[in-house]
Amino acid sequence: MSLLHTVNKSPFESNTFDACLGLAKSGSTILLIEDGVYAATTGNSVADKIKNTTGINFCVLGPDAQARGIQGKLAEGIKVVDYEGFVDLVAEHDAVQAWL
Amino acid sequence: MVKKFMYINRKAPYGTIYALESLEVVLIGAAFDQDVSLAFIGDGVYQLTKGQDTKAIGQKNFSTVYMALGDYDVNKIYVEKESLEERGLTLDDLQHLVWEDEDEDWAEKDSIRLVSRAELSDVLDEQDVLLSF
Repeated sequence: MSLLHTVNKSPFESNTFDACLGLAKSGSTILLIEDGVYAATTGNSVADKIKNTTGINFCVLGPDAQARGIQGKLAEGIKVVDYEGFVDLVAEHDAVQAWL
Repeated sequence: MVKKFMYINRKAPYGTIYALESLEVVLIGAAFDQDVSLAFIGDGVYQLTKGQDTKAIGQKNFSTVYMALGDYDVNKIYVEKESLEERGLTLDDLQHLVWEDEDEDWAEKDSIRLVSRAELSDVLDEQDVLLSF
């Protein structure tokens, strides 16, 4: 059983990202979308949280990163997926938890 | 009587409508010859970043409009230093916004003023009208 988690809020504006990180199990995937993509940038005050989490597959939705001009600032180890990749992730996991 | 208007921008672009709505109101307000300032704090600093490209999300890229603010005499753009730092950003990550000073033979000047939280609190204190987005 593995879950796909989606986070669409900025980690600086809400505790959604922290709530997700607290309940995501090893082997699950966290996909950052919309304003959630800001969590994936280097050098910010939440960067260490991703760095120090092992066993979770972190992905970011490319079109949302590109819209916000951060595609060049993504932290290492974060996979960029497009809309088709989003669909694949949904298909590959047993269920989706959308953190709003 | 000219009043001091400040628009406070605290939201990232695209995820919510606040940033675009603020920009619309600023442009409308610019027609009334008031003393206008903009403040970008918290996630609001993301509105000014370079390299935004919204083609793939099907939304309007309004980041280029900030470049035109100088032509509307909107040239006091305060960016909070602490907010940039928390997000791993520097002034180099933001667009270079300028205006032309007609009192100095149209010399090009920077519109962005990088200020500390304490300095910004003083600027807020001087305002007559505050509009929050």
